[in-house]
Amino acid sequence: MIVARTGNEAMAEAMRQINPDVVAAYPITPATEIVQHFASYVADGLVTTEYVPAESEHSALSACIGAAAAGARVMTATAAQGLALMHEMLFIASGMRLPIVLCLVNRALSSPINIHCDHSDSLASRDSGWLQIFTENPQEAYDTTIMAVKIAEEILLPVMVTTDGFIISHGMERVELIDDDKVPEWLGERKAPYTLLDVDNPITIGMLDLQDYYFEHKRQEIEAMNNALPVIEKVQKDFGDTFGRYYPIVDEYRMEDAEVAVLVMGSTGGTGKVAVDRMRKKGKKVGLVRCRVYRPFPRERMLKAITKVKVLGIMDRADTLSTLGGHLYNDCRSILYESEARPLLKNYIYGLGGRDISIEEIETVFEQLLEIKERGRVDKEIVYYGVRGE
Amino acid sequence: MVLLEIRWHGRGGQGAKTAALLFADAAVETGKYIQAFPEYGPERMGAPVFAFNRLSDEPILQHCGIKNPDIVVVLDSTLMETIDVTEGLKEDGILLVNTQKTSKEIREQLKIKSEKTRIYVVDASKIAKEILKMDIPNTPMLGALIKVSKLLEFEPMLESVRKRLEHKFPNRPDVVENNIKAIIRAYEEVKE
Repeated sequence: MIVARTGNEAMAEAMRQINPDVVAAYPITPATEIVQHFASYVADGLVTTEYVPAESEHSALSACIGAAAAGARVMTATAAQGLALMHEMLFIASGMRLPIVLCLVNRALSSPINIHCDHSDSLASRDSGWLQIFTENPQEAYDTTIMAVKIAEEILLPVMVTTDGFIISHGMERVELIDDDKVPEWLGERKAPYTLLDVDNPITIGMLDLQDYYFEHKRQEIEAMNNALPVIEKVQKDFGDTFGRYYPIVDEYRMEDAEVAVLVMGSTGGTGKVAVDRMRKKGKKVGLVRCRVYRPFPRERMLKAITKVKVLGIMDRADTLSTLGGHLYNDCRSILYESEARPLLKNYIYGLGGRDISIEEIETVFEQLLEIKERGRVDKEIVYYGVRGE
Repeated sequence: MVLLEIRWHGRGGQGAKTAALLFADAAVETGKYIQAFPEYGPERMGAPVFAFNRLSDEPILQHCGIKNPDIVVVLDSTLMETIDVTEGLKEDGILLVNTQKTSKEIREQLKIKSEKTRIYVVDASKIAKEILKMDIPNTPMLGALIKVSKLLEFEPMLESVRKRLEHKFPNRPDVVENNIKAIIRAYEEVKE
């Protein structure tokens, strides 16, 4: 069925069709609508979910953790400060290997207080052991939310699916919904290998784990993350074979013969593709790479994509406040260390706090990258793009 | 159809965002690709707000703001005293205003020189007050937009709006019917 949906509506529809056993949440702009719509599905009897309106995000994720440990299929949604307040529990969820799916609407972290999009919230949770998948538009947000359930339950790690706050969360687009009965059919039931409620096979979860075994358990968790990419790929292929929409780990756009490219995440992918088309019309060989799966970092695929070009502009919608530039920039510099082919890199930190990034601005980035290619060197590696005073 | 961009001007509470969403919803039903998005500032009742639409026969990829709209819809004519509603409007674009004035008076007030810019007016507030019993001019302006833009067929659009409103007001069939009446009347009354 083809409908018009905002990113939030699309994610709520996905949750309705998934019909999780438990949803525990606390509202926060711009993610509120997701759980607001979902609460109405609960009230209208469209889902059989046990809905827990918690008194904070910390409590919401705690309730999710308890329910997931009991074997339930569990989901929640939040943004920015909400995710920050969950921070302690994020590590508990991943450490306990609980396949919770979190719809995250990317919003700038305070202070200064701001409700609009940047990626500082999810990227501040980068090392929490959650998979992170950044989506470009409402359709992808809907599809990925459904896929995330399957991915999480197979890997036994929690998954964050993100949309860009307001730009996608409150932006309405054409979305093709899957038939209601097909989603649970494709997902099947969660089959937890161990659950707290299995009294015949009692287990302990979240226990004290000191010098004797903590390291082994952590090592297993790291291994789960190391092995996640093939699972994601398999689920994406299965989803595509079943429903006709295929998604990549790393999205490459007109990269075949590109000489320079930009690397982006989230909704800027779409804007950047239009900029690529315009540059191509002018005869400029440019391309775009979009990092869709950010954690685990798709080392091999990313290398394959970015080493096709001579100059890469890495556009980060957050800064690490470390003198080292943005997150993607650091990841890419790291994977390029052993690479024989090494494009020149320039880091553009842009769009903080929801500052718009236009097609023309990305075209200007391409022009600068082409200049760098001619000159053969980068004068300033990290620039702040679209900010006063630069 | 090439990509078409619309900017809605309103005041918080007048339904600019809802109108943009209703328009998008109706366009999708006729097979178009669409976007509808608000511009959220420090929003308060009565403060100037914007909402936007994109419309195309092809998938729409960009997610940036709209700077050069093809059509500008003004829900509240008092906004024109403080905001340049024609900012960035394409020269051969359309300006649609909820006002008691004539399009000639609007052209003079806004000092629009190009004859290529088409100006349409409708007293949507009067229609809203008479039929909806309050000054919420968004749905009548939607009817007027359909008329002047010639982008969508009227009947399927009405059906789509009816569905969306029934979803929004499940226990208020009177609200749904009155909105439909207001849309039809504005569709008939809008003039150049």
